[in-house]
Amino acid sequence: MRDPAPRRLRRAAALLAALVALLLVPLLAGPARAQDAGAALARMATEQFAQIEAGIADLTASGSPLALPALEALADGRLYYSPDKSVFIKQADGRWIDARTGAASAADPASPKPVRLNNRVRRALEAALGSLSLMNPDPAKRLAAAEAVVKSRDAAALPAVEAALAKETDPRIRKALSQAKAATTIFLDTATESEKVAAIETVAGRGDQDALNLLGAVRERGTPILKLAAETASAGIERRLALLNGLQNVWYGLSLGSVLLLAAIGLAITFGVMGVINMAHGEMVMLGAYTTFLVQEFLRTRYPALFDLSLPIAIPLAFLVAGAVGVALERGVIRFLYGRPLETLLATWGVSLILQQTVRTLFGANNREVGAPSYMAGSFDFFGLTVTHGRLWIVVFAMAVFACLLFVLKATSFGLKMRAVTQNRRMASCMGIRTPWLDAMTFGLGSGIAGIAGVALSQIDNVSPNLGQSYIVDSFMVVVFGGVGNLWGTLVAALTLGIANKFLEPVAGAVLGKIALLVFIILFIQKRPRGLFAQKGRAVEA
Amino acid sequence: MIASRLLAGLDLKGRVFLAALAGLAVLVPVLNLAVPETSALHVPTYVVSLLGKYLSYALLAVALDLVWGYCGILSLGHGAFFALGGYAMGMYLMRQIGPRGVYGNPTLPDFMVFLNWKELPLTWYGFQSFPYAMLMVVLAPGLLALVFGWFAFRSRVTGVYLSIITQAMTYALLLAFFRNDMGFGGNNGLTDFKDILGFNIQAQTTRVGLFVATVVALALGYAVARAMVNSAYGKVLIAVRDAESRARFLGYRVERYKLVAFTVSACMAGVAGALYVPQVGIINPSEFAPANSIEAVIWVAVGGRGTLVGAALGAIVVNFAKTWFTGALPELWLFGLGALFVLVTLFLPKGVVGTLSAWSGGRRQAAPAGVAAAPAAE
Repeated sequence: MRDPAPRRLRRAAALLAALVALLLVPLLAGPARAQDAGAALARMATEQFAQIEAGIADLTASGSPLALPALEALADGRLYYSPDKSVFIKQADGRWIDARTGAASAADPASPKPVRLNNRVRRALEAALGSLSLMNPDPAKRLAAAEAVVKSRDAAALPAVEAALAKETDPRIRKALSQAKAATTIFLDTATESEKVAAIETVAGRGDQDALNLLGAVRERGTPILKLAAETASAGIERRLALLNGLQNVWYGLSLGSVLLLAAIGLAITFGVMGVINMAHGEMVMLGAYTTFLVQEFLRTRYPALFDLSLPIAIPLAFLVAGAVGVALERGVIRFLYGRPLETLLATWGVSLILQQTVRTLFGANNREVGAPSYMAGSFDFFGLTVTHGRLWIVVFAMAVFACLLFVLKATSFGLKMRAVTQNRRMASCMGIRTPWLDAMTFGLGSGIAGIAGVALSQIDNVSPNLGQSYIVDSFMVVVFGGVGNLWGTLVAALTLGIANKFLEPVAGAVLGKIALLVFIILFIQKRPRGLFAQKGRAVEA
Repeated sequence: MIASRLLAGLDLKGRVFLAALAGLAVLVPVLNLAVPETSALHVPTYVVSLLGKYLSYALLAVALDLVWGYCGILSLGHGAFFALGGYAMGMYLMRQIGPRGVYGNPTLPDFMVFLNWKELPLTWYGFQSFPYAMLMVVLAPGLLALVFGWFAFRSRVTGVYLSIITQAMTYALLLAFFRNDMGFGGNNGLTDFKDILGFNIQAQTTRVGLFVATVVALALGYAVARAMVNSAYGKVLIAVRDAESRARFLGYRVERYKLVAFTVSACMAGVAGALYVPQVGIINPSEFAPANSIEAVIWVAVGGRGTLVGAALGAIVVNFAKTWFTGALPELWLFGLGALFVLVTLFLPKGVVGTLSAWSGGRRQAAPAGVAAAPAAE
C-alpha cells in the first residue's frame, strides 16, 4: 500500500504539471482558452467532430484529474451526453458517473447519446491520452508512455514530453523522457542542427533496435552532418547489439547445455562409470517428470497453498522413484548381461518400451500439465540481457546437481568404492567391496539423477510418455563426446554442444544446426574414439 | 555353375529355407490369382502385399545379420540404408506419375509444385529411368556405408561406440529428410504412386509380381550372404567378430573385412527398402527413426544371430505378431515387444534357430559371439 504523503505530493506535482501544460496550450491548440474541464466537457456534448476535437484539446490542457477518465471513456465509447450539455461516463456495471464531478450521477441521464469519434478525432484522442499518461501517477505507465513516444517520434507529443520532463523525479523515467524528447527533436523542422546532433547522441545512448531504426531514418533524409552523426552512432549501436546478441546466444547455449547436462549426467554414471548402455535412461527422466506431475496434482487437490513447494518436494521423490526402478532394472536384467554390452543395449531398450507403455496405460498418451511455481515465472534485465527466471533456475540446478555428484564420487566412501570397482573390479572385490551391491547402488544413483533431471525438464518440455525418447540420442552424444567415465568431460561437452547449437541455429536453422552437430560428433569420434577427455591407463584397453 | 556352387555350400537349414521360399513364390500367386475369391484357400491381395512387406523386412534382417551375427558390428542405423533404398525407389515412382498428379505438372512431383519450385533439383535427375533408379537403390546406401564405415573402422570405433554413432547417423538423416528444403517431400514423404514399369501399382497382378520379386530378392540376398560367410573371407569375418585384436595381430586388415561386409549389407538393406516402398505405397522420414533400426535388431536376435535363416524367420514372425497385436490388443504390443527384447537377450541369446541347432547337436555353425566370445568382449 502506498502511504498518503507521497500521494499528496504527487497530486501537487500533477497540479503543477497541469499548470505547466496550461502554459503550453497555446502551442498546441491555437488561441488561449483557459477554460476548466467542465467547460471542455460541455464542448464535447455535440455531434460536431470539430467541436469534439477542440474539447479534447481543452480537456487535455485543463490538466484536471477528471480529464483522463473522461478521455479513456471516450476511447472505449463509454462517454455519453444529454441534450442539456451534461456529460456522463457509463461504467461496466451500467451505472453512470457525472464526468464533470467524477462522482456517481444522482439520476440516470435523460436520453443519453454517445460522443462519437471519426478518424481525425481518434488521432487527437490518442495523442491526448499519450501526453496524459506521461503524467500518470503510476511510474510504470509513465515509462511506457515515454517509450511509446520514442517509437512514434510524434512531434505533437513534444510539448507534453517537455512538460513531463520538467517535473519528473524518477531518474529512469527522466532518461526515457529525454530520449523521447531527443527522438522527436531530430525530426523537428524548427530545431537547429546542433540541437539535432545532440539529440542523435542522446538517442544513441539507448543502444537498442529502436534507436537503430530511428537513426536509420535520419540516415535516409537528414543533412550530411546529421547523416554522419547518425552513421557513427549506428555503428556503435550495431557493435553493441552484436555483442549483446553473442552474449544472449551464450546464455541460451548455457541453458540448453544445462538441460543436456541434466539429461546426460546420469548416463555418465551408468555408461561412463559402469560401462552399461542404458537405453532406458530417457525413461528414468520421464519417470521423474511424471513424479513431479503427481506431486503437483496431490498438492493442488489437498494443499493448494504449498504449490510453490512442489518442485523441492518432487526432487527427492523423483530420485527415489527413478532410483528404485534403476536398482530393480539392474538386479532383474542388467546383472545377467555384464560383459555383453550389445545385449545390454537391447534388453534395456526393451525395458524402455515397457516403461513407456506402462506410463501410457496409466496416464494416457496425452501431454500432462505441469505447472511452474511462481519463482520460475518472470524475467529480469541483466545489462540489456533478458534473463528468464526459469532458465536461470535450470542452469543453477544443473550446476548444483553436478557439484553434488562430484562430491559423492570424490568425497564419500561410496564414491571411493565406486571408483575402485571401475578401475579394477577383481581387486576391489578382493579388498572386501561387495561389487554386486555396489553395481546396483551405482545404477540406482545414475537412474535417480535422471529422475531429478526429469523434475527440471518437466518445467520446459511436454510431459508425455515420449519425453525420454527425445533426449536419449542427445544424452549419448554428450557422454561420448565428453569422454566416457569422466564427469568433467560430460560438463564441458554438454555446455559446448549447447552453446554451439545456439550459435549454429541463426546461421543454419534449428534442424540443420542439429544435423551439423551430429555429423561433427560422428567425425570427432573418428578422430578421438574415446572422447574429449579420454581415460588413460591399462584399464581402458582391458 | 555358380548356382550349383552356391547350393553346394548350403546346409540343411539353408536348403529348407530356399525350398520354402520357392514354395511361397509359386503357392501364393496361385492361391491369389487362380483360386476364386469365394474359396477358403483364396489369398486376398492385401495379404499378398503384407507378406511381401514381411519378406522385405526379412531381407533387411538378413543384411543386418551379416554384419552383426558374423562381424560383430551392431548397427543401429540399418533402417537408414533401408530408407535410402526406399527413397530411391519412391523417387522413380514419383517421376512415373508424370502429368497425372494433382497439379498436372509433367516433370515436377506435386509437393515441388506446392512448394512453388520451378525446376527439378539435381538429385532427382535420371530417376525417370528404372535402371538408373535401381542403380541408386544399391549405390546410395552402399556409398553412405562405404564412407561411414571407412571412417569408423579405420579409426577402430567398435562395440557400443559404433552402435551409438550409427544411431546418430540415422537420426541425423531423419532430421534432414524432415526438411522440405531437402527436396524429398519433407514430412509427408513420397506417396500416391501410380505405376511401376508401366503396370498399375494397385493392380492385383502387379502386387503378385512385386511379391515374387521380393521372394527372389530374399533368396538371392540369402545366397549371397551365405556364400560370403562360407568363404575364406567369411572365416576371417568370424575371427574378427570373436577376437578383433587377435585377427589384427595375425596380419589381417580388419577394417577392410569389416568395410566390405558393412557395405554389402547396406546395399542389401537398400534393395529391401526398394521392394518395401511399392508394396506399402509410401515412404516418409519416419523410416529413418532410430527405433525402427533397433526393432530390426530384435528380429535378428529373436531368430538367432549368425544363422541368416533365423534372422529372416525372426523378421517374419515378429512382424506377423506385430500386425496381429496392433490389431487385436494395441495396448499390449509394446509390452510384448519390450518383453521380447528382455527375454530373448536373457534366456535365448542364440535366438530360436540358434538354440534349436544347438539342441539337435548341429554345432557345425560357429556359435554366436554372445556366448562364445563373452570373455573376449570388452
